[in-house]
Amino acid sequence: MSDISFVRTEMLPQQAPPATSVGVIGWMRANLFSGWLNSVLSVVSGAFILYVVWFLLSWTLSPTWAAASLNECREILAGHEGACWGVIRDRWVQLLFGFYPSELYWRPILTFVLLFVALAPVLFSEKVPAKLIYFSAAFPFIMPWMLWGGTIWGPLTAAAGFVIGYVVFKAVDRAVGSLAGIIAGVAASLVWWLLLAGPVSGTLGDVLNIGLTPVESRYFGGMMLSITIGVVAIACSLPIGIVLALGRRSDLLIVKSLCVGFIEFIRGVPLITLLFVASTLLNIFMPPGTNFDIIMRVIIMATLFASAYMAEVIRGGLAALPKGQYEGADSLGLDYWQSQRLVIMPQALKISIPGIVSTFIGLFKDTTLVSVIGLLDPLGLSNAIRADAAWNGVVWELYGFIAFLFFVFCFSMSRYSMYLERKLRTDHH
Amino acid sequence: MTTLTDPPKESFRLSMLIYDTRYRSMTIQVVAMLGFMLLFAWLINNTAQNLHDLGKEPSFSFLADPAGYDINQRLIDYDSQSTHLRAAVIGFLNTILVAVMGCITATVLGVFIGVARLSKNWLIARIMTIYVETFRNVPVLLWIVFTMAILIETLPAPRAYKGVETGALVLTNRGVYVPEPLFTNSLGNLHFFAGSPARFDVSLDLIAVLIALAGGLIARHFINARAHRIQNVTGKRPKTWHINMAVVVLPVVAVLVALGFYLGYPQLKGFNFQGGIYMRNSLIALWLALSLYTAAFIAENVRAGILAISKGQTEAASALGLRPKRVMSLVILPQALRVIIPPLISQYLNLTKNSSLAIAVGYMDLTGTLMGITLNQTGRELETVLIGMLIYLTISLSISAVMNWYNNRVKLVER
Repeated sequence: MSDISFVRTEMLPQQAPPATSVGVIGWMRANLFSGWLNSVLSVVSGAFILYVVWFLLSWTLSPTWAAASLNECREILAGHEGACWGVIRDRWVQLLFGFYPSELYWRPILTFVLLFVALAPVLFSEKVPAKLIYFSAAFPFIMPWMLWGGTIWGPLTAAAGFVIGYVVFKAVDRAVGSLAGIIAGVAASLVWWLLLAGPVSGTLGDVLNIGLTPVESRYFGGMMLSITIGVVAIACSLPIGIVLALGRRSDLLIVKSLCVGFIEFIRGVPLITLLFVASTLLNIFMPPGTNFDIIMRVIIMATLFASAYMAEVIRGGLAALPKGQYEGADSLGLDYWQSQRLVIMPQALKISIPGIVSTFIGLFKDTTLVSVIGLLDPLGLSNAIRADAAWNGVVWELYGFIAFLFFVFCFSMSRYSMYLERKLRTDHH
Repeated sequence: MTTLTDPPKESFRLSMLIYDTRYRSMTIQVVAMLGFMLLFAWLINNTAQNLHDLGKEPSFSFLADPAGYDINQRLIDYDSQSTHLRAAVIGFLNTILVAVMGCITATVLGVFIGVARLSKNWLIARIMTIYVETFRNVPVLLWIVFTMAILIETLPAPRAYKGVETGALVLTNRGVYVPEPLFTNSLGNLHFFAGSPARFDVSLDLIAVLIALAGGLIARHFINARAHRIQNVTGKRPKTWHINMAVVVLPVVAVLVALGFYLGYPQLKGFNFQGGIYMRNSLIALWLALSLYTAAFIAENVRAGILAISKGQTEAASALGLRPKRVMSLVILPQALRVIIPPLISQYLNLTKNSSLAIAVGYMDLTGTLMGITLNQTGRELETVLIGMLIYLTISLSISAVMNWYNNRVKLVER
């Protein structure tokens, strides 16, 4: 009887996985060369990427930054293909600010910075002090004053209208009732704006002339114009959009059909036709003798345009709220406006922020359309620049630069909206 | 004994209009209606006053006047003596043309890119992501002028083709020439509304081909129905694909041969090409730019639609014994399409509206003719813009109607 047996007493050490399934090689096998079709695709697309990158780099890296005209560029390049960056060095300020007086560039820049401060309570609500919301409320009055200049009393008296309306509302509300309060408040504001604001600001301006150098609208242009139109139109369209969305969801037949009619009409026609209305018809619709500035008219039409889209976004947010929220608000005994203000809107608006951001991106891109009616946005300026004899024939550099500007703005906004979506998803499900 | 008394009948007081919920909604509606009508009346009054001061009483008679300008890209015949109305019709047809072409290419591209973005191949997926982000984040107007610039700057002038044998497709910096279908024994044209501004011709050859095709398709339907019947009775499906193909293809081929079909190639004559179908740069640029731009959005919709179908659906279908092809056609696609089609149609709507940017490259669509040259020549801002808006509105509302019809048809019926 043999006593030979073999029993292993210790475990074998764990072996490393085969080199072909981990690390760079493993990743490439899994993601690039998992079959013959994938391998072919990878090689072809890799070659395509290399070709495009090589082409773009060789075109972009051209020593023409200092050139003062297209001919100088051609001399520097001496027959080689390459970009003529001299036009960007020469005109980038113009593409950003249009014909805004150069000694006043600090004003649009400061406005832009302040815009972010004003938006911070909305965009990054948990990271900034809540008191900042007062600045956000004041910003709509600061912004036009900073950009257009002029006496400070204009925006101040305009803002005073809201204060007067609120004071009257509070007083009448306590004495008579809420509805009478609202009516009296609105009436007081209207009387102030229509009849008193002009003379008062005029008198104050005579007494104490504080103000900035006025800048006329025709000097506005470039990215600054696009941002101004986009931001103002979105900011104004938000309240209008909320009202329209509520109107569209209400049970009141006439109110509902008016809102539906407005929304569908605006969404059914191209923006360019609305801009034609701004450039040719809006003055005809106003009382005889009215003639206001083209940028103002474009902003009005862009606001109407954006508010129809905004209404649909907010309606989506309202529809996404569970019915229990409405019923809960009712069961607490809140009336319609109280429940909207305290329960529904804070939640619905929060859900709709990604939609609002993408509406803004869309509108911001659409501001390029104002070049069709002759305003000097970046695209309009590119034509003006090419009309200059020195830069006649420059195409790719200008379009590329403008596209780059828009891409940076829109891409960062869409990334922000995705971040927000992720953030909101966690606390809603 | 107690008696129930009716609650005292309140007489109607004026304050009940506001404080009684039974009447309040009525009050609000009446006030809203009055406010709207006042605003509207105010606008109309201002407009009438302003137009009267300008000496331009609203009138649509300018539509019957000769337009006096030429339109170089057109589907039906037109010359500068035609009326403004006909110019507007040409513009409308051009809008529809570029919209339909754009929708088709954008769908094909978008579906391809959306699927490719989900590819397991990392490089392909990244390339498609870059494509989508690049096109979505740059204004469409910029893409349109950019494409136009590419066509003008990079393609050769027609005279560069001198002495060169050109094939079926000729690309020049003025436009693209493709072969045109010609018939030696042509049947001629059918004239509709001859002499009126709405006149148009329809080629009888085209009608003949279409009738042959339709007949083939109907025959195919009957053959398939018969195969289905046999399958239900015997459990075996007869082979039909070769008969189907013959029934669809043969009549069309027969008609084409009988008509003497051949392709007319573009030929260089003098400084330009003659023959073939000529598509101007402006049309090509607008078409390409709109397709590429919209494809990026459609790709995202397609991707979302495919991701929305849970894996359990595929597995359940396989468990039922369906083959992969049938899993796709009977289970996955119908569900994915329910998610994809509504946003797809609203992308079609966007593309159609964006086609109004044609004015930036000089393509004569509705905006270019009616709201462009006609407006400038006649000075009738109100009328032209109003008609233009109404036409666009009609197009949009028709597309929305189709979308609503589809949504109602595929809506999940919940109990």
